[in-house]
Parts: sequence; structure tokens; C-alpha cells
Amino acid sequence: MKLQEFTSSAHNFEECMKCTVCAAYCPVVQVNPRYPGPKQAGPDGERLRLKDPIFFDEALKYCLNCKRCEVACPSGVNVADIIQEARMKYGKSKPRLRDRILASTDVMGPLAVPFAPVVNFATGLGVTKAVLHATMGIDRHRTFPKYSSRTFEAWFRRNALKEQRKYDNRVAFFHGCYVNYNYPALGKDFVKIMNAIGYGVELLDKEQCCGVAMISNGMYDGAVKHARNNVSALSKAVDKGLKILTTSSTCTFTMRDEYPSLLKVDNSAVRDSILLATRFIYEQVESGAVKLAFKDGYKARIAYHTPCHMEKLGWGVFSKAILARIPGVEFTALDSNCCGISGTYGFKKENYGVSQAIGKPLFDHIASVNPDFVACDCETCKWQIEMSTGYKVLNPISVLAEALDLEKTARINGF
Amino acid sequence: MKFNTIIIGGGLSGLTAAIQLQLSGESTAVISAGQSALHFSSGTFGILNSGAVLPEGHPYSKIGPKLQDYIARIKPFFAKAGVSLHGNDSRNMLRLTPTGTFQECRYAMEEVELFDAGNPDIGNKVLIVNVQGFFDFNTAFIAQGLEKAGATCRIESVSLPEFGRVRESPSEMRSVNLARILEGGGTLDEFIASVKALIKDEDTVILPEIFGLRDSSPALKVKESLGVRCIFVGTMPPSVPGIRCQMQLRRYYESLGGIFLMGDEAVGVNIADSTVKAVSTKNLGAHWLMADNFILSTGSFFSKGLASSPEGVTEPLFGVDTSYDKNRPEWYRRDFFESQPYMEFGVATDGGFHAIKDGIPLTNLYAAGSILAGRGPLTLGCGAGVAILTAFAVADSITGGKA
Ligand SMILES: Cc1cc2nc3c(=O)[nH]c(=O)nc-3n(C[C@H](O)[C@H](O)[C@H](O)COP(=O)(O)OP(=O)(O)OC[C@H]3O[C@@H](n4cnc5c(N)ncnc54)[C@H](O)[C@@H]3O)c2cc1C
Ligand code: SF4
Ligand code: SF4
Repeated sequence: MKLQEFTSSAHNFEECMKCTVCAAYCPVVQVNPRYPGPKQAGPDGERLRLKDPIFFDEALKYCLNCKRCEVACPSGVNVADIIQEARMKYGKSKPRLRDRILASTDVMGPLAVPFAPVVNFATGLGVTKAVLHATMGIDRHRTFPKYSSRTFEAWFRRNALKEQRKYDNRVAFFHGCYVNYNYPALGKDFVKIMNAIGYGVELLDKEQCCGVAMISNGMYDGAVKHARNNVSALSKAVDKGLKILTTSSTCTFTMRDEYPSLLKVDNSAVRDSILLATRFIYEQVESGAVKLAFKDGYKARIAYHTPCHMEKLGWGVFSKAILARIPGVEFTALDSNCCGISGTYGFKKENYGVSQAIGKPLFDHIASVNPDFVACDCETCKWQIEMSTGYKVLNPISVLAEALDLEKTARINGF
Repeated sequence: MKFNTIIIGGGLSGLTAAIQLQLSGESTAVISAGQSALHFSSGTFGILNSGAVLPEGHPYSKIGPKLQDYIARIKPFFAKAGVSLHGNDSRNMLRLTPTGTFQECRYAMEEVELFDAGNPDIGNKVLIVNVQGFFDFNTAFIAQGLEKAGATCRIESVSLPEFGRVRESPSEMRSVNLARILEGGGTLDEFIASVKALIKDEDTVILPEIFGLRDSSPALKVKESLGVRCIFVGTMPPSVPGIRCQMQLRRYYESLGGIFLMGDEAVGVNIADSTVKAVSTKNLGAHWLMADNFILSTGSFFSKGLASSPEGVTEPLFGVDTSYDKNRPEWYRRDFFESQPYMEFGVATDGGFHAIKDGIPLTNLYAAGSILAGRGPLTLGCGAGVAILTAFAVADSITGGKA
């Protein structure tokens, strides 16, 4: 009995019973024959790699780290973690300049924001795209996320900070790179809602990119640095008794689960305090602590897409419940499918075709539902779905901000 | 979150119960740690082998006189979920196994051929066609078996350019990936044409079960188009008809408003006064899930619903009472093909399928499916039957018969 505990290895790899169920749910296997598949790349390959690292196969780079294999595995094997760790340990290919640029979301952000109109104009130009395609390997079909001309943090400090002092109840907000550099409107929606339900918002003391893009681009040292920085920033908030709310399922998943399991950064002091805003709001409403008042006559047909990392996190149930319960909403949960972008993966020239093929069942499903818009908690899924289907994609927090009667909500909560 | 009933384990049994409850107007959630035993299913459901004598304490004996009525409900129930079954409510038929032998079952997915028990008519001349390079389908085994039964067999294989793509990665030449290529359209037509071109004077064609992951239409199309009788035979796992059945049940359940927590695992329980109050899960952490009733359908050893150690057989989640032989050497028989006693071990229940903890039945925890003690899935052929029929029984007792 005890012996079994001592002979266990990392990520449960010896629990694998070779059933190949993981491969049946891997989105890459379905479209890319060069990828050996989760079973072969994960537990089977690990057996060989433990004998001799020469068995490491560079084709492991095709793994999206979407974790769908883990969600499906009947034996609780952490297949994707085995694969990512093998890449970290044995991978020889170094990240290219292009990978570094795509991964460094919070280095590029500050550079681009002051020149947002120019950058947006340039990256929207066919000629820029062609140059990037040829010189950098960034696929020319991609639409670049627009940069905002003012960061969320700058807006917050100037326009919202003072207001927040009014509230006795507080939460901390990990906004992430996307809200800060590309889409401050989502952050503003978040602040509006939190204020309406009686919570003041604080920013963290120097948050950095969660590091997900660095992990997938092989920049592990950088990712570990970010993880350490963030855990310390989060700890300060937790020490003050604050919950840390987020609006991105991927940042949330990375900070909760990838920090300890892949980057070996201990987050036990903060892990349970990191919550998606939709979960927090759901729980407040369920416990009766908070009431929501909706606008009369709000109407929307919403199709909800569960991002891969949300699937793994298992919290889609909160976002879905919040959206489905908005009066006037006709709600469809889309079949669980990967959209194909997987962060920066789909931006790379060599992955473009695979990326679009992976997403096709999802795009087809969206077209058949023909909603007013798609809702989803992940920013990269948003780019991919908007580019590939033409449907607008909104974060559930933005949907809620639009559907709520904010003044009335504030009133019934005593503010 | 709070529900009327929470079902732990989303395989055949858990989903059947959940659908029944959802249909009767309850709000339910299913927690499912990983994919279920349906992924290894033969595409046929066994209820009970003919001539089998039910051992004392078999789950069927707790269902009592309603058993026949429940059996008659199976086909209509699955039809609602979009799974079309065929077979006879009152007698067993035979299916052709991957080793070329026949095995009893009661129902089969619509494309799976069923044979009359006494005298299975396999035809005189049989063409067995595989996809070139697909090793999860053993044509020689099938031929051997059928030749013993008096048929003449010829083995051929089909190679299409589209298969070349999968073949690039030998480890991924699998049933599911082939099924994706053969989902419809041009490739399916090409495949059908290639098989037709191979038929000489054969009256029967045997193909691997690699058709129809989303629905059975590709399989039916193949059957209709070949011009001779077409028999699909199971491949090595994963099972295409099994995955299809799992997905169809789940999709139907969710369309009824059910909440399916895929990839989450129940890890904590709160019991007071012999009543389960709430369960916690790995993903939801401090957010406990509450319900009036709970169903434990976490499967057998294979799905980790039961655990074994040198000390005995336990149910890991609730720690409810189990029934097993205390004399460990009696757990196995040396002959692999003999009936293995450990397969009958499982969770003990009272007459109403309430799980029992320290000798006292829990008021609102029901056990259903292959976690139950007293089954004999291999020797009695009661695998799917126990999963479905005990789910019906439990759903009925929760709703007072409304389901
Ligand atoms: C390999 C195999 C092949 C079979 N083939 C056939 C066949 O062809 N025909 C036939 O009639 N019968 C077959 N059977 C018999 C089979 O047991 C039943 O048919 C049936 O599928 C069992 O369903 P179930 O719902 O009881 O259990 P399962 O299908 O095992 O489902 C249990 C589920 O519970 C989940 N779970 C476990 N613990 C937890 C937890 N703590 N929290 C949340 N979820 C949890 C598991 O991940 C799993 O998804 C087969 C069995 C096996 C093992
Ligand atoms: S699903 Fe799990 S047990 Fe099955 S082959 Fe994959 S890793 Fe192994
Ligand atoms: S993480 Fe995703 S892409 Fe990688 S092996 Fe698992 S399922 Fe496939």
C-alpha cells in the first residue's frame, strides 16, 4: 500500500492503461498527422524518455496544451503536463524572435500603446502582414488584436481610483495584458459591475503577464519569473483579505494550475483566492449577499463557447448560469470544441492551416445557431472566432454590464 | 449550487438516471471524472445471458416485478436521446465478435447486425475488408472463427489517399480518426466504391466499426450501398458506436437543461444524520454542490468507483459498505477465461438501492450501475442491463414513479 505511494511519479503517468481515449479527444491529432498524439507524446513517450532523452520528439511542439486529453482521461493521467514538462526538459529548439515577440505581451503592449493608431493601422495593412508573414512567420491571414491608445491601468488611476475608496468591501482585480493594452472596455465593465454590487476594486501591486504565452513559446525562465512576481503580488492582496478576480479563463487557469504543476512555483497561499469574476458574482447572488436588477426589454440570442482552459478549470458552469439567467436571453451552449487558436499558436505561419481546421466544427456550429453574438471568457478565442466567423464575441462580464440596470442594481444593494 | 439530484459518474448508468430525472422535471447535475466504460463498448447491450441463473443478491432481484416493464422501456428511452437500438425485448440475439465468434446480447446500435440465436446465418462466402495499415482490427481472427463455422473468407484492404494522412503517424491510425475521415461526403463515397469493387461472388462483407462518430448515418449509408449484406465488427478501443452513444446521451441530457461537469471529480462529502448534504469537487473547491438526493454511479474498478488494496475492496468517495470476499486468494481464478469472483464485488445496498454506511442505509444516497455488488458482467452478460435498469429503478424511487 505505502509502497505504491512511494513509487508514484509526477503527473500520474504510470496510471495510464493505454486506452487511447485521450487521442480521441485531442484536437491536433484530428488535423495534424505529424503530431504523435497525447498517449504517444505523453505517457508512452515518457517511458522511453526516462530511459534515454534521445527519444524526445520535437513534434511535441505541435501540442496546444489545451488539456482536453486530461479532461477525457478515465485514469486521471495529467497527459498535457507530461508533454509540456518534456518540452521544457528536453526541447532543443529555442524560441525564435517571432515567438519571443508573440509571447512578450507585456513588453510589446507598453511599446505599442503610445502609438496605438499607427500600430493598428500598420498591422492592419496588407503590406505589413505580408512582410510579417515572410520575415517573421506570422501568418498573413491573422487580424491583429488592436492596441488601445490608453491602458486600462492609466484609465483606472485617473478615472476610477478615487471612487473605489467609497466601498468598505473590496476585491483585487488581475486585469491581464488583454484588458490593459487591447480592450480596457472590459476592465471598465468589470469595475462598473463590482461597484454596482457594492465592491470597490483595487489593482495589484505590479501584476505581470500570467506567462501563458511564454510557456507555450518555450520561454520557461521568463514564465517562472513572471509567476514568482505574480504570486508575490497576489499574496499582498490575499494578506489584506481580498479575493483576486479575473475576467480571463486562461490567466486564471495558468496562475492556479500551471504555476505549481509546470513552473513549480508554489502558489498554495493564493490559489484558492483567485476567482473568475463570473464565479464570484454567481456565488454572491446565490448566497443572497447581492441582488441583480436587469434592464427592461433586454433581448439577446447568445451562444456560449467554453474555452479549453475553462473546460479544464471546470468553471464554465458559472458563466453559463449567469448568462442563461439574464431575462430576455435565448441561450445556447455550443458543443465543447477547441477554436484552434490556442494563444499564440495560431498566429504562426506554420500552424495557420491546422489552427483553422481545428476550429471548423466550432465555426460551423456557431453559424448554424446564428446568435446575435458569441460569449466566451477567453481573449484569444475571441480573436479567432471573430476572424473566422464574423460573429462578435463578448466576455460574459461585458454582456452582464450591458444587460444590468446598474443604477437600480446599486440601489437595491444599498449604494 | 443546489440541485434536486446530483449524479456522481456520467457513464451509461449515471446519464440514464440523470436524463430520467431531468425529464420528470427535476434539476440535476452530473459530475464525471473522465470518459466512461461506454468508450470500450461493443455497440451492444447485454441484459442477461439465456439460461443464466441470477445469483442471490443480484441487482435485478432488487428491482423485482418491474424488471420486464423496465426492459421494455429501454428502446424507447434511447430513441428519445437519438440512439436507435434494435433487438427483441424478450429474447437474446447474437453479435459477431472481433474474434469471429458469436456472443449473446439483447440490444444493439442500429447498424450492428444481430443474428438468430440457434443458428446464426453468416453466409457462405464472406469478404473481410480492412483499411490498409489499420492494426486495431484483426481480419485473420475473424476469418479463422468464421471458417470454423463453415464460411469461406477472403481478406482484402482498401487504401485511399485520405488515409495516408493518418498513416503518417502510425500511433494515430485509430478507429476514431478513421471515423472522422469517413464522416461523409466524397471520402465515404470513395470508400464505398472501393469496397464494392472488391466484391466478387461474396454474399457478405465484414467491415470494422469505424463509421459514424456523431450519428449513425455514415454506417447506415455503407450498409445500404454495398448491395450485399454488411456486418460491422468491433475494433480495439476506443469504440466508435460507444463514443457516439455517450455523446448522444450527453447532448440530449444537456438539451434538457442538465448540467454536465466533464472532467471534474467528486472528492469530498458532507454526511449528517445518515443523509448526504453536499459533495465537493476537485475543480470547484470550496464551492460545495448541494442536493436533496445523490446517485453514486462511479462505475467499477475500471472507472475507480471501487478501489482494491491488500486490505480489501473499498468505495473511495463516501466510504460506504462494500461486499467482497475477505479471503484474498479467492478474488481471482487462475484461468483468465473463468468467471472472476472480484467482478461481483461492489457496493452493498438495501432493497431500494440505498448505499449503506457502517451498517446503516443512507437516506438519500442511491447506488446504480456497475458499482453495485452482485453483478456478473462477463458470465451473466448483464453489464449494460444493470447500468440502465438500476438507473431506471433509482430514478423511479427518487421521483415516486414520475420518471
Ligand atoms: C472495458 C469494458 C467494456 C464493456 N463492454 C460492454 C458491452 O459491450 N456491453 C455491455 O452490455 N456491457 C459492457 N461493459 C459493462 C459496463 O460495465 C456497462 O455496460 C456500463 O457501461 C457501465 O456503466 P456505469 O455507468 O455503471 O459505469 P462507467 O461507465 O464505468 O462510468 C463511471 C463514471 O464515473 C466516473 N467517476 C468515477 N469516480 C468518480 C468521482 N469520484 N467523481 C466523478 N466521477 C467519477 C468515471 O470517470 C466514469 O466516467 C463493459 C465494461 C468494461 C469495463
Ligand atoms: S486516456 Fe489516459 S489512460 Fe487512456 S491512454 Fe490516454 S493517458 Fe492513458
Ligand atoms: S493538450 Fe491538447 S493538443 Fe496537447 S495532447 Fe492534449 S489534447 Fe492534444
